[in-house]
Amino acid sequence: MSMAPTLLSVEALSKSYGGVHAVRSVSFELRAGEILALIGPNGAGKSTCFDMLNGQNIPDSGRITLLGEDTVGRKPRAIWRLGVGRTFQITATFPTMTVRENVQVALVSYGRQLFNLWGSTAQFARDEAGRLLDLVGMGAYAGRPCGELAYGDLKRLELAIALANQPKLLLMDEPTAGMAPRERIELMRLTARIAREQSIGVLFTEHDMDVVFEHADRILVLNRGSLIAEGSPEEVRGNPQVRAIYLGEGLVYDARHREGAGA
Amino acid sequence: MAFYFVQFLTGLASAASLFLVASGLSIIFGVTRIVNFAHGAFYMLGAYMAFTLTERFSGALGFWGGIVVAALIVAAIGVLVEMVLLRRIYHAPELFQLLATFGLTLMVQDIVVLIWGPDDLLGRRAPGFRGAVDFFGQNIPSYDLFLIALSPVVLGVLWLLFQRTRWGVLVRAATQDRDMVAALGVNQKWLFTSVFALGVFLAALGGALQIPRDAVHHALDLRIIVEVFVVVVIGGLGSIIGAFVAAVLVSELNAFGILIFPKISIILVFLVMAVVLIVRPWGLFGKPEAAARRTPGLTVNPWRPLTSGERLMSLGALVLAAMLPLFAGNYALTVGSEIAIYVIFAASLHFLMSVGGLASFGHAAYFGLGAYGVAFLAKAAGLPMIVSLLLGPLLGLLGAAVFGFFAVQLSGVYFAMLTLAFAQIVWSIAFQWVAVTGGDNGILGVWPDKWAAGPASFYWLSLAIAALAVTVLRVIVFSPFGFALRATRDSPLRSEAIGINGKRVQWTAFVISGTVAGIGGALFAYLKGSVFPDSLGISLSVDALVMVLLGGVETVSGAVIGAIVFKAANIWLVSQTDLSKLVLGGFIVLMVVAFPKGIVGTLETIRNRWRSPDTKSALLASRIETAE
Repeated sequence: MSMAPTLLSVEALSKSYGGVHAVRSVSFELRAGEILALIGPNGAGKSTCFDMLNGQNIPDSGRITLLGEDTVGRKPRAIWRLGVGRTFQITATFPTMTVRENVQVALVSYGRQLFNLWGSTAQFARDEAGRLLDLVGMGAYAGRPCGELAYGDLKRLELAIALANQPKLLLMDEPTAGMAPRERIELMRLTARIAREQSIGVLFTEHDMDVVFEHADRILVLNRGSLIAEGSPEEVRGNPQVRAIYLGEGLVYDARHREGAGA
Repeated sequence: MAFYFVQFLTGLASAASLFLVASGLSIIFGVTRIVNFAHGAFYMLGAYMAFTLTERFSGALGFWGGIVVAALIVAAIGVLVEMVLLRRIYHAPELFQLLATFGLTLMVQDIVVLIWGPDDLLGRRAPGFRGAVDFFGQNIPSYDLFLIALSPVVLGVLWLLFQRTRWGVLVRAATQDRDMVAALGVNQKWLFTSVFALGVFLAALGGALQIPRDAVHHALDLRIIVEVFVVVVIGGLGSIIGAFVAAVLVSELNAFGILIFPKISIILVFLVMAVVLIVRPWGLFGKPEAAARRTPGLTVNPWRPLTSGERLMSLGALVLAAMLPLFAGNYALTVGSEIAIYVIFAASLHFLMSVGGLASFGHAAYFGLGAYGVAFLAKAAGLPMIVSLLLGPLLGLLGAAVFGFFAVQLSGVYFAMLTLAFAQIVWSIAFQWVAVTGGDNGILGVWPDKWAAGPASFYWLSLAIAALAVTVLRVIVFSPFGFALRATRDSPLRSEAIGINGKRVQWTAFVISGTVAGIGGALFAYLKGSVFPDSLGISLSVDALVMVLLGGVETVSGAVIGAIVFKAANIWLVSQTDLSKLVLGGFIVLMVVAFPKGIVGTLETIRNRWRSPDTKSALLASRIETAE
């Protein structure tokens, strides 16, 4: 796996709001087929980091190279065209359409038919939509109004939509938030399987440590905007700084951090 | 130099009323999230009420007391309206709130004429401010100086009220997060009512203070509301400082615009508004709007193309309609043509509103532009009818392309206000640019060529074009573009994340919709043989909204039924009563409160209820299946 090509490379990414450094000089790389988790306590800068990667936020400095292209300042839709699929913390789907139509819209966009005024969408890439829905186990729901789906099913539908542009990279913001424990495991197993099979790189943020340690190949730990640890699940689990944050010894860490800053 | 300074002061004096009304609108919006269309009506009521009171009671106390008491009485009426009507629709979508308050405006227009008569009323001069001050040979009315001093005072009082009182703190808190304030145990009902009362008081005061400067008449409401919408779009909804700055800006632009473009002074305001919208889409002092609310209680029935049976039925209905000339007289055929034209117009707005989720409050602009386009071509260029009919709507297309570009930068209430303001600008141009448009006298003598001149042939022509327009729009709804448009409406976040350029998709939809409206307008010009500024007016825009609402916003082609029912009822109503606005306004209010799904939407719901037993059990079964 270490020979797989680099999909995403982030160098010295920084963003601050007023005097608050939300993200400071974060660098990392992601390879094809690799599942990388970005973790950290609330306010660590995960979301800011994520939003900069997918074009919703512009960094103050630093470089983001995605599939060989510099993406800083590009719009989310342009980044999607490069081959990036996205899922959101709170699912974003089209509630007035059927499940199949949700996927078909994404396929219409991928096929660059958005300004086609005369064709029939119902027939457009129907088989491909069905294949994607089968892949995430939603084939039986294809004709169902999306607005009626249970939350776990919406998450799976979102995954199918995210796969419509045959992405090289999936960006998943808290993919299992709001799901029951068993559904979480199932969704992440499914994601991991698809990623391995199609050699898709996955970057995800997550609060559930069971999910993270079971599925991530590598883990990045953010705290107060800085990357404090990076490595395999075993390495990160054994890291004293990470333990301090997650085992509630935040005060100790805090004091040391301040001393360091003052010196 | 002195002249320009006096012009500047006149602008400042005009800003006073505008600021009072705009700040009232902003305060109400900040807390209740309702854009109160009836604000202009309250302004007008304030003026009429003050006129009556100041005539009745003499002396300085009579005058100034009359002004304040008039505003208080109108505020009391506002409280009544809030408790009876608005409390029922706080959770409805913005469109319904705008329409309900517009219905109120219509009702007030007729009521005002009933009570005070249709003539302009000239109010008394203000005691103590009757004279003028000499400034290097130029006269400045001393009342203007009083108004100039008044608006900073009002601004200061409002600031103290919001910063230094407990009530003000609650209002500011509710502006930021209504639900949190309710969760903290504040009685929201009375908070909302008191805020509404304050807003209406400010509007009525603004109206009452105008009577020494301006005649009181029954068209004041629409004139002020459009200016106020422009002010809050520039200043930012919800910001009182923004209302102040923008009121001064707009008034000064008007004062100096007259010097630069004497005929079409409103152009200047439009240009400034366009620049502000590009640089700061939420206004100079505004904040980005929260995500639009979804319609509660409305079922989500995925749209589907007509089945072959339904197609056959529609074709049958069309054939039946085409047989009308066999048994109907000329008058009925003219009415039939007019209804067909309104079907085109309503369908075009329906496409933008239902499919695009963009509720235009100024759609008549494109209808009227199409009509004027035909009139120019037929009268000035002398082109034959076929050519004019084909090219005339291009003026609607052009207008939609220019205004639509700016309008789609916004959404929700901002979009509605902006489209309304654009339509009013087009109307003003048609009204004021007499040399080109004939102004109020319109353009006469736009008659169809011989082949379409007979009532029956014109009816067939209108019917054919209406059927074609509705069919084409339906095809577009189910085309890939239609899905991209619905995707943008349903979830801007997701559609951007799958590569859809939402603004460009919405702009395209706006242009399509404006062009189709222009086709309707082009036919309308030939039907009437003339074009007047009314074809661009607000009331026509609102007629279209009512037709769409009546048919059902959440349907694919409900507007067709809505247009037929509304237009037929409207023509009948006008022939039966002088108070058609009162009846129509009452009807709109009733419809919004009791009947929000419209005719077709209600029929669909009933049909689904018939079907529901088996679909529900199937749903449950599959749930259980997957849970196993």
